[in-house]
Order: sequence, then structure tokens, then C-alpha cells
Amino acid sequence: MSSGSVAQRVLTACLMPVVIFFVAFWLLPITQLIALPAAKGWETYFAILTDSRYATSLINTLLLSLVVTAATLVLGLSVGLYLAKPKVPGRRFLLSLLTLPLSFPGVVVGFFIILLGGRQGAVADFFESVGLGRVTFAYGLTGLFLAYLYFSLPRVIASYTAAAQGMDRSLEEAARSLGANRFQVLWDAWLPQLLPTTAACAAIVFATSMGAFGTAFTLASKFEVLPITIYNEFTNYANFPLAASLSLSLGLLTWLSLFLMGRWSGGRVAL
Amino acid sequence: MNSRSPILATLTLSVLLFMISPMILSITAAFLQQYSRGLASGLTLQWIVQVFSQYGSTVYASILIATSCVIGNALIGVPCAYALARARGRWARSFEEILTLPVAVPGLATGLALILTYGEWRDFRQSYAFILVGHMVFTLPFMVRTVSAAFQRAEIASIEEAARSLGAGFITRFLTVLVPVVLPSIVAGGLMVFTLSIGEFNLTWLLHTPLTRTLPVGLADSYASMRIEIGSAYTLMFFIVVLPLLWLLNLVAHLVQKRYGT
Repeated sequence: MSSGSVAQRVLTACLMPVVIFFVAFWLLPITQLIALPAAKGWETYFAILTDSRYATSLINTLLLSLVVTAATLVLGLSVGLYLAKPKVPGRRFLLSLLTLPLSFPGVVVGFFIILLGGRQGAVADFFESVGLGRVTFAYGLTGLFLAYLYFSLPRVIASYTAAAQGMDRSLEEAARSLGANRFQVLWDAWLPQLLPTTAACAAIVFATSMGAFGTAFTLASKFEVLPITIYNEFTNYANFPLAASLSLSLGLLTWLSLFLMGRWSGGRVAL
Repeated sequence: MNSRSPILATLTLSVLLFMISPMILSITAAFLQQYSRGLASGLTLQWIVQVFSQYGSTVYASILIATSCVIGNALIGVPCAYALARARGRWARSFEEILTLPVAVPGLATGLALILTYGEWRDFRQSYAFILVGHMVFTLPFMVRTVSAAFQRAEIASIEEAARSLGAGFITRFLTVLVPVVLPSIVAGGLMVFTLSIGEFNLTWLLHTPLTRTLPVGLADSYASMRIEIGSAYTLMFFIVVLPLLWLLNLVAHLVQKRYGT
């Protein structure tokens, strides 16, 4: 036996456990999920487009995710640029405080927003004390937006701070010596260098916002997002084919946006 | 860089306030008799005691699942990472891409799919193994990618070649030469897997049963059905148990990196 075929066999043997595991617990189940809506008729696959309730939920989710992504990038970039400055007092401490919530599950973040803006929340207490009544924002669009923002910021701050610390400072000095103002420096010297980080962060924030279920679930939001619609179809109406169809649409859309983002930024987007 | 930038400083402080204030509110609420009446209602430990007796088991379950997830993914993922690093074919690249799909696809879809296929297998469905399997497919790409990148380094191929020329068989070579060299990457991958598994909710909420609850599942349950003080006490328990554990693991990973890293 040639050594080539032995090496081939060794590699195959190394790969086998993962192949078996992955086929059994992901590929096969997902294939069944893909086949399921067909049992109720082919039109079930397009429920997200044809039924106005689901279409609304999809548009809600898309718009919310886009706005959250934009807001997270702007704030994350600002904080990252600030923390990367060498003379900021206590910047390591600030960074560790800001990235502490990295490991908080989405449900905890949802609860945080209830503590801030819920019926017994701190903001409601404040507005009542100044005579404006108990203002709540936790259970609607604002609550969801703030919760997604809270969830995404630590990741983005960590990435931008690391990237900004590794920036080439000579470009900035050159721009300044040529008389560039603050915003020209930002636009011409910083942003081009931070483009790969921006693409990677945008992809990850958009994808997590599209699929975020725990946060919206805890907030019991009146603003219905797609993951909640899917969950309701599955538990409340026991409509498995429809839940399957909607979650496939959501999965396809999320995967596609990650894929396009990777193409556009020229490399693949690390997940 | 010019360190006087009032806009950036103000934004950073606002973000910090937004991130920190709910944590402080939540920690305070865990000790208050009545959250809505504030400090005037007096301090108590009763909520924390109640959370321990009612939800204590979820903490052990989560740690157990996260640990098993790391071990399981290391056992099947490290050989796979080696094979993917050595096989330079188109199909190896494609396979690596396919492995990351469970991360790109929302957890709800994976959860529904697993229930669809294995929901009728009663014993499996009602055990923690069902949740573990879901966590493993979701976290596997993090282990495989991290370790595969380490196996691709040029000096590892030459170390392997040296061991081969000394007559070591594949299994000896793999266990005594290759695995120790990429150990820092296995630890780094394992840390990622542990962190993701212990906080996972989207998948787990679909896969859990009343008898198989994890920490995030219990948290969601308490937020939905218990008073705000109990939710806060439970969140505090998450902080007290999980955060030091993650810090400790980070420290270990850092030490391994220093000791064995190149």
C-alpha cells in the first residue's frame, strides 16, 4: 500500500466523527425542516411574502436590525477611538467595564431594560417624581432597540478598540500637517483603516439582531419581530410547517446578508 | 492622537452610564424587600435564599453542559481540524463553510429542526443530552476553526515530519507531538465554546423540558413569572457564579498561552 493512500485514510478517519455528528444532528434535521412546509402545499414556503402579518413582522425585524447595526457601529467606533487614545485616564478599566456584558445572555439584557424602562423602572420613578407620570418604554420598539444595542455594543467596542490601537498613526499625522480638520482625519485617515473591522462588526450585529429571540421574549414586546412570530406559530398555534417555513426564510436571509457582506468586504467575515 | 476630543469623551461616558446603570439597579434590587419602595423597605437576603433553593440546580446543569460541550467538541473537533488543515482540496474548504452554517442560521431554526427529527425519541428528548447536542453543533465551528488555523502553521508540518522520520506512528505522533503543540489553540477554542454554551438561550429554550432547565432558561422563567426582586437575585447569582468562572478560565487560557505558546 502506498503511503499516499494511508495518509488519505488517516485524514478520512480524523474527519469521520465530525461528519457523522454533523449529519445526524444538523444536516439531517435541517433537511427535514426544509421538506416540512411542502406537506402543507408549496405556497407555504412563501408565507413570509404572501401573508401580510408575516411580511410586516419581517419588515419590522429588518428595519430594526439595520437601525441597531448603524447605531452600534457609530457608538462603538466613537468609544473605540476614544479608548485607543494613549492619554485617556483609566482606559483599561473603562474597557473592562464596557466589555463586561459580553457574556450576558440576551434574556438578562431584556431584564435590564425592564429595570430601566419597565412599569417599576428607574425612568418611570424619575418621571413620576417630576410630575410627568410613569413613563415606560421597555415593552415597545424603543425597549427592543435599546436592548439590542446593549447586547451588541460590548463586542463592537472590543473590536474597534483593538483595531484602533493597531492603526498606523503616520497617516493621521500627515493629514493633520496638511491642515485636515477633525472630520477629515476621521474620514480620510481612520475609516479606511477600520473598514475590515466595520464590515465584520456590521455582519455580526446584523445577524444577531435578526435572530435575537431571548431579548424580545423577555420584553414580551408589543412590537413583533420575526423570531417571536416563529415561536408563537410553533407553541401557541402548533403550526409546525409554518414555523419551519418562517425560520427557513429568516435563516436564508441572515445567511445571505452575511455572505454578501463577506463578498463586499473582500474577505470572509469571521463569525 | 489628540487626547482632547470632547465629543468622543461625552459619547463614551454616556455609553458607560447606559451599560453600568442596569447592572447596579439589578444588584441593588436583589437585596431590597420591595423594589418599588426602594431602600425605605429595608434590606433582605430572602430572595437570594429562595433563588438558590428554587433554581440552584440550573447552575449545575449549565456548568455541566458547558463542560461536556467543551470536552465533546475537543474530542471530535481536534482531529477534524487536523484533517481540514492537511487536506488542501476544494471540498475541505466547502466542508468548513458548511460546518459554520449553524452559527449563521438563527438558533430557532436549528432548535425546530432537532425537535422535528428527534422529538419522538422520548428518553433522548427529555434528557440534558438533547440540549448538549444542540450546543455542540452550534459551538463546533469555533473549536474547529481556531485549532485548524493552528495546525496550518508551517513549523507544525516540519515538527510532524521530524516525528514521522523517527518512526512514530500516526496515533503516537498525533497525541504526543501534534496535540501538545496546538494546545493553546485548543484551550482558546474551548474557552469560546464554554462561554457560548453557558449563555445560550435561543436554541435551549426550544430544546428544554420542565426537568431539563439551564441557567438562561431558568432566568427567562423567573423574569416572566416571578417578582422583580427574585429576577434580580437570580441575575446576581449569574454574576456571582458565571463571571468569576469565566475570568478564571480566561486566566488559565492566558497561562497556557504563555507556557506553551510560541
